Amino acid sequence: MGVRYFGAEVRRVEDARLVTGNGRYVDDIELPGMLEAAIVRSTEAHARIRSIDAAAARALPGVHAVFTLQDFPPEYRDRPMVQPYPAPVLLQPTTQYPLAKDEVCFVGQAIALVVAETRHVAEDAAGLVAVDYETLPAVVDCREAVKSGAPLAHADSPDNIVARLRVAFGEVDAAFADSAHVFEERFLQHRGGCHAMECRGVIAEDRPHHDGLTIISATQCPYLVRRNVAAYLGRDEGRVRVVAPDVGGGFGPKAGIYAEEIVVPLAASALGRPVKWIEDRREHFVTTNTQRDQEWTLEAAVDADGRLLGVRGRVIHDNGAFVPYGLLLPMTTLTPLPGPYAVPALDVAMEVAFTNTAPNSPIRGAGRPNAAFAMERLVARIARELGLDQAEVRRRNYVPADGFPYDTGQKFRDGSPIRYDSGDFEGCLDKVVELADYAGFAGRQKAAREEGRYLGIGVSSCIEDTGVGPYEGATVRVQPDGKVLIRTGAASQGQGHETMLAQVCADRLDVAIGDVYVMAADTGAFPHGIGTIGSRVAVNASTAVFDAAESVRDKALSLAAERLEASVEDLEVEDGVIGVAGVPEMTVTYGDLARQLAPMAGGALPRGFAPGLEATSYRTSDGMPTASGSNIAEVEVDIGTGEVRVLRYSVAHDCGNMINPMMVDGQIVGGVVHGIGNALFERLVYDESGQPLNNNYGEYLLPIATEMPPIAITHQETPSPLNPLGIKGAGEGGTIPATSAIVAAIENALEPFGVVIRSYPVSPEELCDLIDASGA
Amino acid sequence: MENPRHTHRIALTVNGAPVEAEVEDRLHLGDFLRRELSLTGTHLGCEHGVCGACTVMVDGQAVRSCLMLAVQARGRAVTTVEGLAADDGTLSPLQEAFREHHALQCGFCTPGMLTSLTAFLRDNPAPTDREVREAISGNICRCTGYQPIVAAALAAAGAKAAEEEN
Ligand code: FES
Ligand code: FES
Repeated sequence: MGVRYFGAEVRRVEDARLVTGNGRYVDDIELPGMLEAAIVRSTEAHARIRSIDAAAARALPGVHAVFTLQDFPPEYRDRPMVQPYPAPVLLQPTTQYPLAKDEVCFVGQAIALVVAETRHVAEDAAGLVAVDYETLPAVVDCREAVKSGAPLAHADSPDNIVARLRVAFGEVDAAFADSAHVFEERFLQHRGGCHAMECRGVIAEDRPHHDGLTIISATQCPYLVRRNVAAYLGRDEGRVRVVAPDVGGGFGPKAGIYAEEIVVPLAASALGRPVKWIEDRREHFVTTNTQRDQEWTLEAAVDADGRLLGVRGRVIHDNGAFVPYGLLLPMTTLTPLPGPYAVPALDVAMEVAFTNTAPNSPIRGAGRPNAAFAMERLVARIARELGLDQAEVRRRNYVPADGFPYDTGQKFRDGSPIRYDSGDFEGCLDKVVELADYAGFAGRQKAAREEGRYLGIGVSSCIEDTGVGPYEGATVRVQPDGKVLIRTGAASQGQGHETMLAQVCADRLDVAIGDVYVMAADTGAFPHGIGTIGSRVAVNASTAVFDAAESVRDKALSLAAERLEASVEDLEVEDGVIGVAGVPEMTVTYGDLARQLAPMAGGALPRGFAPGLEATSYRTSDGMPTASGSNIAEVEVDIGTGEVRVLRYSVAHDCGNMINPMMVDGQIVGGVVHGIGNALFERLVYDESGQPLNNNYGEYLLPIATEMPPIAITHQETPSPLNPLGIKGAGEGGTIPATSAIVAAIENALEPFGVVIRSYPVSPEELCDLIDASGA
Repeated sequence: MENPRHTHRIALTVNGAPVEAEVEDRLHLGDFLRRELSLTGTHLGCEHGVCGACTVMVDGQAVRSCLMLAVQARGRAVTTVEGLAADDGTLSPLQEAFREHHALQCGFCTPGMLTSLTAFLRDNPAPTDREVREAISGNICRCTGYQPIVAAALAAAGAKAAEEEN
């Protein structure tokens, strides 16, 4: 078996359709007889609904129906959405009603659904629905929400505490008692919204006498949508089909289940016609899950050489108005601690709080960028206090290269240890130090200072737990014409899964990649799947494809051996043609064998063979591979205006063996830019009454091309021992360390002023204030 | 509420073909292309004129189709992403370069990037990195981090220059 495609910069098969305008996103799909919906949303952050008057809307020509919760069949009128990730530690697993019942808890919460001939008419009608509110006190800041006596985000809940979490290991008190230094840090982390360029969207069609309910959704997790819609509607999962077409970016929030995925199907069922709802950007700002605030208070116990002995502290996590996604975001904040550092003792507690703002769920990296930022802040503080170099302080604290597998001390819920499978953190740091010309920075900084310019450099390291299970599956099937079809549940939102999976399969079968194609993310075509979250598809789905392709190859070779009257050991495969070594005329193709294994009436199956040249596998990684990396940012700060320019950005990244380095680099660059956006631009602003203030791209700033630095990447490939391909996930490793690298670089530039940054995004105004306050 | 829906008859060309239609006055060009002509390659990412996903060329100039009404396109020549490849389907050098340089991931911003850069490169055949970045500063991409898009545009410009030299 030759390796031709694994590790090669194979051009993507997806691109041919996407560069010609032939992609098919949910809003591009038209079904016969389809109606369009618009949603009436709460304009209040917290209110009781006294009444809803939809008479004028219903009377508008072209309107087919206006639904409030009371207009759905009786069994739904008292049924909140299903909690997709229940957990015993969830004190208040509150989910919303798909349309508000009698209370709204954030601006944007869905109240009524208008269905009309066209979206234009639906929006006209939505504007005619009058909602009478009784305003209730709102709580917006999570730090206020956890205090006793704070306004309640839900009028009838006992307090605003969603959950209390705690991770602890080692002898923390002893570590602090024995330390040479204790440093305390407090900082506020704000990660903004999702902002996939395609907003969400749902089409539903119900054919009760035929194949049941079909939902086309711009989702990362069609199987989660199927499970939850079926559970909510009380339907058989076999008669609920969820399809994700081309999806224009996911980044986390499209992994959940949303009210629209319930109410659009209910409307389609009631009206007996397909219904489409497409989120507009204003809706995206207020209703697609965001990530927003965490306040951290952390203490580090440190020895005289700057080694971490213990970490303890407290986190307050803003969960927004509901719990749409269990505790996955809070959990992924705590479980990566203490990152790449060997820390013998740790004790961190978290309060998860309701606020009257958009619900929260993970965005690229989930809580990992927060955890990385927290650890990097501590390490930066140690360096500053002890006069250590940024790289050196990290070297002293890393898990050593010969320390793998490394158990951090934390445990999974099932009691098994959280374990880093492999890595070489110092090796990665060495690589990025060289790539960034770290040694030459002092000279660059000095030269710039002489011109009155302030340059700074920031180092940041991270780990990324990738490839979370429990499985993803794939069927590899050779078609009668010899083409190879891969079916998998794993949805793509731009990651290039079609190319990646075809690469793995083509190598295993020894066929040309052009003869392999992938059809994914259709619950009607592949029975089981999890979805595209947490940098898991390369690890899980590629392993399944690899294993299924191996079974197909084995089956093909056994049948070919019979046909060619040779032994399997003497067979070789090239470009889909199986031959006997040294006997050029003795060949058979995969297509020949596929036809033989799928005879028509009157034909016969070869004895001892099941029909079909195909195999299905759910084989997965034996645990979660640990990716890692170190980044270095170099910035210039204009001390007059507070403007930060990122001059260059260097990445050393380790995601094990790379299936397609071009696509890995694409993930990293995109991820870094997202992290730079978090560091410098992206802030969702709510006023004290819970009104969002910057729901547009003029005021909510996303990274744009002119603001981004050149990003250089180097790789270290430490293969994962956990799966046969040696791979680790790569989707979030760009984002996780980027924010802290930028913040560290800004601090470094402003060292003469003693500026310490305690929150991000860092705005020019805040920097000016910090510089002024320093009095230097 | 009064909801008078005025319509207008318009004639224009889209991707070289003549089109006539009766359009509501409030219909923007992006919706017209997508809904009336089923040219769904043009994407709507914000509908408030910032993201650039909806960019098309009108008489050769890059224009945000969410900010222009369909009636304003009367008598104009509109080119969408569907009109960038040659009639025989051969990709333009820029489209090729996008594939070669992995300048797209989800592909949602891509039509706007391609139309913006097609117009830009026609007027600036030998741009610098900085000039390309400025040319797409009104196009948001959440996936790629822009770097490969810039590389693709520079490569396409280079390829064109090399072709003309020969
Ligand atoms: S949709 Fe037109 S600029 Fe965003
Ligand atoms: S490729 Fe996804 S937004 Fe640009």
